[in-house]
Amino acid sequence: MREQLEQIRAEASRTIAEAENSEALQEWRVRYLGKKGHLTQVLRGMGKLTAEERPILGALANDVRAALEFMLEEKGYQLKEAEKAERLTAEAIDVTLPGQVNKMGSKHPLTLVIDEIKEIFLGMGYSIAEGPEVELDYYNFEALNIPKDHPARDMQDSFYITPDILLRTHTSPVQIRAMEKLKPTVPVKIICPGRVFRRDDDATHSPMFHQVEGLLVDKEVTFGDLRGTLLTFVRQMFGPDREIRLRPSFFPFTEPSAEVDISCVICDGKGCRVCKGSGWLEILGAGMVHKKVLEYGGYDPEEVKGFAFGMGVERVAMLKYGIDDMRLLYDNDMRFLSRF
Amino acid sequence: MHVSIEWLRAYVDAGLNAEQLADKLTRAGIAVENVIYRDQGLDKVVVGYLQEVEKHPDAERLFVCKVDTGTEMYQIVTGADNVRAGQKVPVATPGAKLPNGLKIKKTKLRGIESIGMLCSAEELALDEKTISPEEREGILILSDDALIGQPIAQTLGLDAPILELELTPNRADCLAVINVAREVSAITAKPLTLPAITVEEKGQGSIEGQVQVAIEDPELCGRYAARLFTNLRLGPSPAWMQQRLQSAGMRPINNIVDITNYVMLEMGHPLHAFDYNRIAKGQIIVRRAHQGEKLITLDEQERQLNPENLVIADPEKAVALAGVMGGLETEVTDKTESILLEAAHFNPASIRRTARQVGLRSEASQRFEKGVNIATVALAMDRAAQLIEELNVADVVPGTVDVYLKPAEERVISFKVESINNLLGTQIAGTEMARFFNNLGFAVKWQTGQEELEGQVTIPTYRQDMKDEHDLAEEVARLFGYDNIATTLPKGVTTTGQRTWPQTVKEKMVQTLVGSGFREVITFSFINPRHLQKLKMTAQPEEPAVIALQNPLSEEQGILRPTMMAGLLDVAVRNASRRINDLAIFELGSTFQPRQLPLQELPIEKAKLSALMMGQEGIHWSGKPQSYDFYYLKGIIEKLLGTLKIEKVQWEAWPECPFLHPGRSARLYTEDGKERIDIGYLGEVHPDVIEAYDLSGRPVVMELDVEALTALAQAKGYYKALPKYPSTDRDMALILPINVPASKVEAIIAQKGSKLVERWQLFDVYQGNQIPEGYRSLAYSLRYQRADRTLTDEEVNKTHDDIKSALTAELGAQFR
Repeated sequence: MREQLEQIRAEASRTIAEAENSEALQEWRVRYLGKKGHLTQVLRGMGKLTAEERPILGALANDVRAALEFMLEEKGYQLKEAEKAERLTAEAIDVTLPGQVNKMGSKHPLTLVIDEIKEIFLGMGYSIAEGPEVELDYYNFEALNIPKDHPARDMQDSFYITPDILLRTHTSPVQIRAMEKLKPTVPVKIICPGRVFRRDDDATHSPMFHQVEGLLVDKEVTFGDLRGTLLTFVRQMFGPDREIRLRPSFFPFTEPSAEVDISCVICDGKGCRVCKGSGWLEILGAGMVHKKVLEYGGYDPEEVKGFAFGMGVERVAMLKYGIDDMRLLYDNDMRFLSRF
Repeated sequence: MHVSIEWLRAYVDAGLNAEQLADKLTRAGIAVENVIYRDQGLDKVVVGYLQEVEKHPDAERLFVCKVDTGTEMYQIVTGADNVRAGQKVPVATPGAKLPNGLKIKKTKLRGIESIGMLCSAEELALDEKTISPEEREGILILSDDALIGQPIAQTLGLDAPILELELTPNRADCLAVINVAREVSAITAKPLTLPAITVEEKGQGSIEGQVQVAIEDPELCGRYAARLFTNLRLGPSPAWMQQRLQSAGMRPINNIVDITNYVMLEMGHPLHAFDYNRIAKGQIIVRRAHQGEKLITLDEQERQLNPENLVIADPEKAVALAGVMGGLETEVTDKTESILLEAAHFNPASIRRTARQVGLRSEASQRFEKGVNIATVALAMDRAAQLIEELNVADVVPGTVDVYLKPAEERVISFKVESINNLLGTQIAGTEMARFFNNLGFAVKWQTGQEELEGQVTIPTYRQDMKDEHDLAEEVARLFGYDNIATTLPKGVTTTGQRTWPQTVKEKMVQTLVGSGFREVITFSFINPRHLQKLKMTAQPEEPAVIALQNPLSEEQGILRPTMMAGLLDVAVRNASRRINDLAIFELGSTFQPRQLPLQELPIEKAKLSALMMGQEGIHWSGKPQSYDFYYLKGIIEKLLGTLKIEKVQWEAWPECPFLHPGRSARLYTEDGKERIDIGYLGEVHPDVIEAYDLSGRPVVMELDVEALTALAQAKGYYKALPKYPSTDRDMALILPINVPASKVEAIIAQKGSKLVERWQLFDVYQGNQIPEGYRSLAYSLRYQRADRTLTDEEVNKTHDDIKSALTAELGAQFR
């Protein structure tokens, strides 16, 4: 019997190495450890043993069983690992195939520019005001110190609906609307982005375009403050190296008035095709709010002062994104829009 | 306004070249758009004398010329047939590179050597509008006194650069060369020398009794001056005058017309010359036109006039449209013997309206529209008389008729040095401000005891734009230099910049759509009215009230959009034509709805979030892409509502919408108590509309009311304790006629299960095998749960059965 047990141990140890997968291992288990397995068969003969032999062989039998079970466990683990490794290899995919996801859309480049301008001025403590696209002549012209027959009306050829109602030609009427709403409190600090309309349609003009207007009314405001505010804005918008240049100009609703140029974003002021060799790009109109406009807004020009500025969004967008044809902005071609 | 440097230098020598001067002027507010050099490419072009002109022996149309340029004799073959021996012409000598890029070298034409080229006006790049039609043909023939061998640029006065000024409306005074010179003098602090104006009046008799002027409407004409000239000797004006006119872009005509134009350019006063003998009784009447009155103007067009128009008339008829254009009948011709010359001030607004009405904006009308200086009307007249005398054009009859009804008032503006500094943010001393004012020709008087602190400035009449202290501040600022003003930041209280709630909601909506694959488009607020037909909106019981523009650029931009659909469909069409058939787009914009027509007040502008989807999601290798259909877009709306935390939205079929598929369109709304709030609509575009737009896909669209969404949106979610007790899920599959909407099923589940059903979900919709024709199966999963206790099987079963019975009783549902 002792020989039999030792033989089982030796044979099992040899045969287990031949088990190549879990099914073979299962067979091995049944053959040696199953109810009808070799070990059980041998143990059935225990009853025929003498009282002295029984504990000795019993201990040996337990020893062999433990050895077999250990083998089983060890082999089982090895096979599982091997099978897992095989599965993982088989499951490998081509990671370079495109992923599947609902793609992002995009904002229109004009909206992106307006967003950027908004963020800069929100950061400087301005709020965002809005006004109607269809506007009263009063707000669009009269209250901005542009009476009927004023030559400045020629600068802005308008779309009329009735003699007193028109499509706003600029975002400046929002200045008056904002002041009317807030008077007599100061400061008034707003920017107003929006659509504006002028009777112009050629390669560089669209009958509808966008402006952002800014207004600050407070007890003490100077032309120097206007310069500083615009310089801060320009550097955030176009980069820390930008310089600005103010040139005297004329707007009926500001006095003094200025055209504001920035050093060319393309050539850094050296002169190029975009800035027509001047090194400067005109992007803003600005000035100190005209006394009459403050009065129309409900403020006493002896008590408060203000500055205002306005810029064309299309021009900024074209500069920022290097867009060479303004009409692309209104063509809404998906191939164009998907660039932003 | 084009101003030649040469002309400017006659009045002020700034000691600067054209570029430097342009920069100074621009920085002081007189923007120089361009410095124009007319002599580029002309450096080897000189005056040549045609000694011989003979026919080419072997070419019918060519001529062989011997040309003397003083130092050389060139043989030149030309094709121009207007050359004759004895003429002087421009000659491009070998080595010249003409403005059009042509390089001149020795060549052979039909066997004959040709060295150099005779030039036409075009080849010299002369401004076409400054030369006569005859001069545009063939070789440019020069005057006999041209100096042989002289560079042509010098001969033709092309050697002086021209400043192209872009004037702002307030600086119309700079439509006069002398006023530009004043500006240069003020900016550079260099002395100004203006022409001394004196008239000797050598003519016979007196104007008295020969010319009378009556102004009937002083509102429209504040001053009218006239002079009489006899023995007109019509001829060309001298070269220097012609060249100055040309430098300003005007064409020399004859001595009298040139003088009027010259004075206009020099002093800013348009003048008009009438043939005196054609003015009945020598009487000038300045009056409004009669209704229906007719006048044939210089351009030989008959103009229909009305009382809005100011005319110059004699006792019998209108002879000119005041300030805009003269009449043909009183035009100065070679038969004219005597001239009545007009200098005047007309109401700018009236001239502006008339010029617009007749569609004519001349150099003269532009100046009148912007307001000429009423104080110097007679001075300009004298200047013209002086030139007429000096150039021996006619005899000046002594005396001027000058009806001056509204004399210019001297304008005096008070100012404080401190308030100007406070406005600018500067510390400029009073003495310096006074110096600036003096350089501008403004007289300064300090208040006694307040020297250099407070004072008064007397404004010269040519600066009509100066009205108050702010205007003075601008003059100080621009002469001080805008760029010399220190950069500061406002000192006021700190404010927080914040978006308002509606602005925040808009941003969330846009973000959601962008995150869902939509591209934002921007379309015009005005649309073609034909969209209304294409959208079948005109076929509705009531045509929509739309707002039409009075003066659109074209019919395509004729009305303000009553719906966002027109623009979105246009974008779809445009992209489809470029073979882009899959797209998801949105626009955030306004629609317009009149409160009444014609408009008495501003219309209702409704902010709308609109979207259009067509085609399908991008293709993917792993399977069939999802189509953009009704349910896809509905899912987007649901996502949007989720983002805004808007609950309890109801959907209903909306077969009445004219431009949507009647079976595939819906409206969404909420009910707040008894009040219904419409949020918008969603649907597939009607097949008729798809056809009208010539689209091949089946777009689905939505339009949501931004204001309604903003009102319903919640800023934040709310916390509810998480469930402590277990839940039980039960499914039900019910068979119903197809036309029973799921919303009815859900209403019953909600009502009957209100106490126990925590939520439900539709997980299958099935039609086909095993389901009778006209029926469909809906499968719901219901979750039973309570927050306060564990539910027993019995109560769950009972409620589930109750719901089923109710569905059977109310909707005829059968269960599978």
